[in-house]
Amino acid sequence: MSDQKQGDIDRFLKTDGLDSEREKEIGQHIGYRYDVNLVPDYARLTPFLERYMEFMGWDDLNWLEDVHMGYEEGQPAVFDRNINGWVSVPEGMELPGNQQDRDMIARELLIKFQMSERHPLIQLNKAYRKF
Amino acid sequence: MAELSREQESHRMGMHTEQLAGRTQQIFFAPEEAENFASPDAFDVDFNKRSEFDVTEMTQQQVNLKIRELMSQGYGTIVARNPGAKHSLGVGILNRLQLYFEGSLGYFGCGLIDGPNVRISGRVGWSCAENMLSGTVVIEKNAGSTFGAAIRGGDLVCKGDVGARTGIDMKGGTIIVGGRTGAFSGFMMQRGRMVVLGDAGTHLGDSMYDGTIYVGGKIAGLGVDAVEGEMTDLEVQWLERKLAVYGLEAPSGARNMTKIVSGKQLWNYDNLEPAEKKLVL
Repeated sequence: MSDQKQGDIDRFLKTDGLDSEREKEIGQHIGYRYDVNLVPDYARLTPFLERYMEFMGWDDLNWLEDVHMGYEEGQPAVFDRNINGWVSVPEGMELPGNQQDRDMIARELLIKFQMSERHPLIQLNKAYRKF
Repeated sequence: MAELSREQESHRMGMHTEQLAGRTQQIFFAPEEAENFASPDAFDVDFNKRSEFDVTEMTQQQVNLKIRELMSQGYGTIVARNPGAKHSLGVGILNRLQLYFEGSLGYFGCGLIDGPNVRISGRVGWSCAENMLSGTVVIEKNAGSTFGAAIRGGDLVCKGDVGARTGIDMKGGTIIVGGRTGAFSGFMMQRGRMVVLGDAGTHLGDSMYDGTIYVGGKIAGLGVDAVEGEMTDLEVQWLERKLAVYGLEAPSGARNMTKIVSGKQLWNYDNLEPAEKKLVL
């Protein structure tokens, strides 16, 4: 979706995002609602992410290069592959006005959530781990 | 009775109100969440604590259990000598770790890993790092077919040549090939990035849904719905940075690499879905 209209990062919050005839016909946007091919701008790395990279022994964001802030049900949200679902950003949390900075925040939020005791995978692991 | 247009029909069917994108699980981030970098279940390892062992007389299961045992003892750097091209070594490691294989791996090496940095001094067989989630895997020599099949995240690097169907069904992450890649590389790619510094075989990016392929050499032929895209400055910076991490360089410079993306002609779903057919026809 890298060549789609990217001028307004809130496009999918403000409009229905229906461009093609087929999308208009079915009333649903086809494809991702953010640019999945956008590579990170390393000039915008946050201190938290730098510490995470150092901890893991990586020279860059590694798997987090594929994490972006998208939208779900009218709210900014991040897709968590470990639960195959969206995790929403709480209402009232101020977000920057550009996608690169939003993506960095999305990465921070996702790591903190995945590593917390309240992540569903941790609960599943406790319940079902065999070895 | 007047005939309904397809759009009117689709409204009548409720397609405009039906949520097709999946529902949120109504989980919210907690901004005050603690700064943890490792899962509560992960082994607490120290990269400065090193252990070595010889694989020659061990079965593949014994090797994988040995790695796990060493991690549970806090070893963060593990060297496995003489892997002897045994299959399925170094799989299912869900931890940060520096793992070195001194020799070659067989089929399905380092599959399903989430976090470790793996270095392999020799070659690897089919499906190396399939379904990899995060971490880095660097192979110094050549790799077999379906290299990085269904990879979801992390960096998978082969400094030599790789076989056919590299990155088949990849859903994220970065695959870097220092040499050439075979036919049908990037087949049904869904997202992620593939960087090939040498030549690419026929049917490159066949049926790719999304994602990006960068090629430094010649392309024998593009697959269905794979088209050339325009390189951005940000991508050039990203490519130079990423290749430098692994001591690699594009033969004619990152800016001159060919970028391949999805033509999105397969996105249109021109034919009616079975449920629609039932109602409309």
